[in-house]
Amino acid sequence: IVCWQSVSVWSVAGRVEMTVSKFMAIQQALQPDWFQCLSDGEVSCKEAASIKRVRKSVDRSLLFLDNCLRLQEESEVLQKSVIIGVIEGGDVMEERLRSARETAKRPVGGFLLDGFQGNPTTLETRLCLLSSVTAELPEDKPRLISGIGRPDEVLKCIERGVDLFESFFPYQVTERGGALTFSFDYQLNPEEMLLQQNGTQEEIKCVDQIKKMEITGCNQEITSFEINLKEKMYQEDFNPLVRGCSCYCCKNHTRAYLHHLLVTNELLAGVLLMMHNFEHYFGFFHSIREALKHDKLAQLKELIHRQAS
Amino acid sequence: MAGVATQASLESAPRIMRLVAECSRSRARAGELRLPHGTVATPVFMPVGTQATMKGITTEQLDALGCRICLGNTYHLGLRPGPELIQKANGLHGFMNWPHNLLTDSGGFQMVSLVSLSEVTEEGVRFRSPYDGSETLLSPEKSVQIQNALGSDIIMQLDDVVSSTVTGPRVEEAMYRSIRWLDRCIAAHQRPDKQNLFAIIQGGLDADLRATCLEEMTKRDVPGFAIGGLSGGESKSQFWRMVALSTSRLPKDKPRYLMGVGYATDLVVCVALGCDMFDCVFPTRTARFGSALVPTGNLQLRKKVFEKDFGPINPECTCPTCQKHSRAFLHALLHSDNTAALHHLTVHNIAYQLQLMSAVRTSIVEKRFPDFVRDFMGTMYGDPTLCPTWATDALASVGITLG
Repeated sequence: IVCWQSVSVWSVAGRVEMTVSKFMAIQQALQPDWFQCLSDGEVSCKEAASIKRVRKSVDRSLLFLDNCLRLQEESEVLQKSVIIGVIEGGDVMEERLRSARETAKRPVGGFLLDGFQGNPTTLETRLCLLSSVTAELPEDKPRLISGIGRPDEVLKCIERGVDLFESFFPYQVTERGGALTFSFDYQLNPEEMLLQQNGTQEEIKCVDQIKKMEITGCNQEITSFEINLKEKMYQEDFNPLVRGCSCYCCKNHTRAYLHHLLVTNELLAGVLLMMHNFEHYFGFFHSIREALKHDKLAQLKELIHRQAS
Repeated sequence: MAGVATQASLESAPRIMRLVAECSRSRARAGELRLPHGTVATPVFMPVGTQATMKGITTEQLDALGCRICLGNTYHLGLRPGPELIQKANGLHGFMNWPHNLLTDSGGFQMVSLVSLSEVTEEGVRFRSPYDGSETLLSPEKSVQIQNALGSDIIMQLDDVVSSTVTGPRVEEAMYRSIRWLDRCIAAHQRPDKQNLFAIIQGGLDADLRATCLEEMTKRDVPGFAIGGLSGGESKSQFWRMVALSTSRLPKDKPRYLMGVGYATDLVVCVALGCDMFDCVFPTRTARFGSALVPTGNLQLRKKVFEKDFGPINPECTCPTCQKHSRAFLHALLHSDNTAALHHLTVHNIAYQLQLMSAVRTSIVEKRFPDFVRDFMGTMYGDPTLCPTWATDALASVGITLG
């Protein structure tokens, strides 16, 4: 629920009406290095928002931004913190461009592109929008996007000017008992890559349908970038999750052990999987930076898309 | 009554216990257990990692806390993932990647804890699996066979366990059966050179039955003895008397393992009574309810009083949780929707138990155990004289007076 004065959010303590002053008071207490400004992102939660509603979301977000900037100026404690302006505008090109241009006029430290999260098909339709938005933004300020986590989607956004990604992707994989195993080593030839993945390619073919998992109330689909350690085939697999991975889990434990922990509902399963999934995912981003440095993004993109289902 | 002892069992069992110091007043001892996966200082508290894992903490964390022996459970592991798989994984050590010692319980306790799913005969215990309804017979031979596959450093005999609140002929039946089952376990044991089979003294709360069991079982030359059938619903007054009776009749040069004992006061008193080894789910279980163990008892960190308490759980504690986090932070975590607090508290509670045992041991070696006991009771109860009656009586029986 958003109005001109506040955005309502749900916390463990119930509903909180977040006004600009309350929001900034919290920032003063937290003293973050960067903080995302309060904005009206409600249109991305709704099916088909009217132009009027979309327009309002842009106007409100700019109002919130100006108010937050003013309060920041008055606050000694927040002088070192940087505000990230939020680009709204739903799926309406005109409004997106307006939001981008207007936000760019303000003294923000970076830009968050809100409302691009969703399922794979929705991102596809919004790619054009994304390119147009980033084209309006200054080259020397970072662009953040939230809710995009799948490796293939990440690359598409990077190609269109995005720099930082905030998502639950590795956590969601962990929660469903999955381990990220996709290869991002674009230097390897395909045969070597197969060996490194311990036959993950075959596993991808085996997972013929994408299964819908209901985990903690959120419908998340298993991706082809991971293996599902709950499956019986891992019961006697004494390999590490990914051969060559230097995370604590891969250095100390086997797929068979993780399978056992998941089947017996042991807390340690999540601990070990999270360690691996972070390390693997961070490794992916490292390879993106390397690829960009050496102008090899196309190879990395080809490798990732080969593994996308 | 005594089963026929085979040639193998008459050969001298390894002397795994070396006594380092003894209290001149009480029966407390400090020692060293020499086990296949390294030395363990006693008295020792052994955390319980039932299903090849210590409830959310890694083996590296457990090692860093100084733990050198922990428990696995034969009944649970025998069902999932099963002994064949564990054997393929290089035993339980290999499967869970634990470099130090392991002790496996025989599955006997599940007879009591899962009593509605079990049926006892001379043959063994018949369990109905809660997972798929299938039946398994856990006989002394089968239990030892599974434990041989698990490869733990100390294995327990299958005993006929009755709840300590049961009275009448069933207790006597269980005691004599446990002796017969001990002999069957000894005969079935394929790896006496790599795994130490402990006997378990039964007899309930009946002094005569317990005495008989002690007399018979100590005729078998096993590497160690456990005191079983206690730490259930019995009164503390009966509890300590059975422990004291048992330690008075067990050989001095073999370890005494008191099963299921874990509250701090109980640990200290039972060390005074002559016990060397302890296990209990209490510290790890209570952590998962948000309770942190401290020298004065416990802190229920979910309570509002800790909301703005920025000190550690215990400023004297050296565990990572107390080094890094405040009570306020843990309080907030306990009111969030993730399990982080449980991990931090599990680490702390295990550290508390291990540090307690270490302090007990040092006091025995430095010949000041009775003073340590008085200080401990003073901290825990406000004054040594406010210690519970049963504990005062138990300590008095071995020459330690409080206040």
